[in-house]
Amino acid sequence: MAVATDLQKVVEDAAAHLYVWALKDIPQDLRDALADAAETETSVPGQRVLQTILKNVNVAEEERNLVCQDTGIAVYYCRVGEHFPLHPARIYEALYDGTERATIEHPLRSNTVHTLTRENTGQNVGYRVPIVHWDFVPDWDGLDVKCVPKGSGSENMSFLKMCTPADGVAGIKKFVLESIVGAGGKPCPPGIVGVGIGGSADYAMHLAKEAIARPVGTRNPDPLVAQLEDELKDLLNQTGIGPMGLGGDVTVLQCHIEHADTHMTLNPVAVNYQCWAARRATAHIGAGGDVDYDREA
Amino acid sequence: MPDHRITFPASEEQIRELRVGDSVTVDGHIVGIRDRTQIRIFDQGVEPPLDLSGAFLLHTAPGVRKVSEGKYEKVCIGTTTSARMVRFTEPLGRDHGVRAICGKGGLPDEAIEPMRRYGMVYFAIVGGAAALETTQIEEIEEVYWEELMPECLWKFRVKDFGPLTVAIDSHGSSLYHDVQAQAQKRLEDIYANL
Repeated sequence: MAVATDLQKVVEDAAAHLYVWALKDIPQDLRDALADAAETETSVPGQRVLQTILKNVNVAEEERNLVCQDTGIAVYYCRVGEHFPLHPARIYEALYDGTERATIEHPLRSNTVHTLTRENTGQNVGYRVPIVHWDFVPDWDGLDVKCVPKGSGSENMSFLKMCTPADGVAGIKKFVLESIVGAGGKPCPPGIVGVGIGGSADYAMHLAKEAIARPVGTRNPDPLVAQLEDELKDLLNQTGIGPMGLGGDVTVLQCHIEHADTHMTLNPVAVNYQCWAARRATAHIGAGGDVDYDREA
Repeated sequence: MPDHRITFPASEEQIRELRVGDSVTVDGHIVGIRDRTQIRIFDQGVEPPLDLSGAFLLHTAPGVRKVSEGKYEKVCIGTTTSARMVRFTEPLGRDHGVRAICGKGGLPDEAIEPMRRYGMVYFAIVGGAAALETTQIEEIEEVYWEELMPECLWKFRVKDFGPLTVAIDSHGSSLYHDVQAQAQKRLEDIYANL
């Protein structure tokens, strides 16, 4: 437990640590889900893929190397307590500086480019990058930072449809199914299918991304939504896409859904895929600068 | 489904022996290539600085550490999504004699005919399994077009590279095509019961 007076420096150090740590050491819930998948899979190419994945996770640990070479776009989820003594404007600076420092020091491949010129903008930072999402918590003085480096292979497989109210739940299921079948092997299955329903177009996609960042296999607290998570997981695994799209029983490890209430004429559905290397790592930071790292949050 | 071991560069005869679903382990030399490298060769008409006949091309943009002028050592080398680069399949086979393209996620059906005609295969690697892949790359022997970093043209020496799955062979078969066709049929049944 490091105690420092310069809280911005503490958050920067935490971000630098989280980014590299997330890329190297995947959470236990994900390791368990991958091992379960290998128990279940009956296709020969599918089994070959899953055994290679399990071996790769061990090699990353032994060699202290990254699980996947795609260091992604750095995404952070912040839960900021009402009384945390560092303003979010400074928290953002700290996350930016930590991401940049980790990229130079390790070194990590830098992926961030200007969208039009395609020129590299720096060390995994740029205009509005890293991407930070905020939640504010009353009556609390802590800060939780979750780092989710998001690879492009899976992020490219993101889909939005404004279903109609008459399309109903069946319309939601169809859209998720056709999205994942259409994605085939490209997003590195078997991974986590994040689904966002309700809200508005942009908010549905935000919720889908939030869903992929949850611990693997957790269920939505709303029983109706949780039931839809189970149903969709089963249906997706009936499609036969299989590991890396080579055919098999395990197409997805989990389906996570987040929802918001919506307008009476809206029925938005967003799909955000997270590859099997579903990387995430969290730091709990106290008002006094103490840091607890947590791989499982 | 047999297991093969092939040293690259390879001959057309060796490639014609492979069938979809087979497992292959690779030794020898392979060439790292990506979007910008192929845009330079085919859209900008720049001759590649090394001979690609018989070559094994890997869709990659490696993480590397520079050790001296023109010399790099590996940090983390993995494989990217191939589908973006499908339109280069035909000229790679026809004009350069490339024998194998290796990547993740597969190539769309338009790759099947050029692979059949020119005697090429697509090897599926496990996307994301870069830690393991890095241990199978012995050395970065050459790098060309450094200004495209990390999308340069790379020459790697590999040992026990794999296991790879033959996902499109030189006889007109594609696992991706078959898996999609089956999935579309299954979707019809699933939709009927929603």
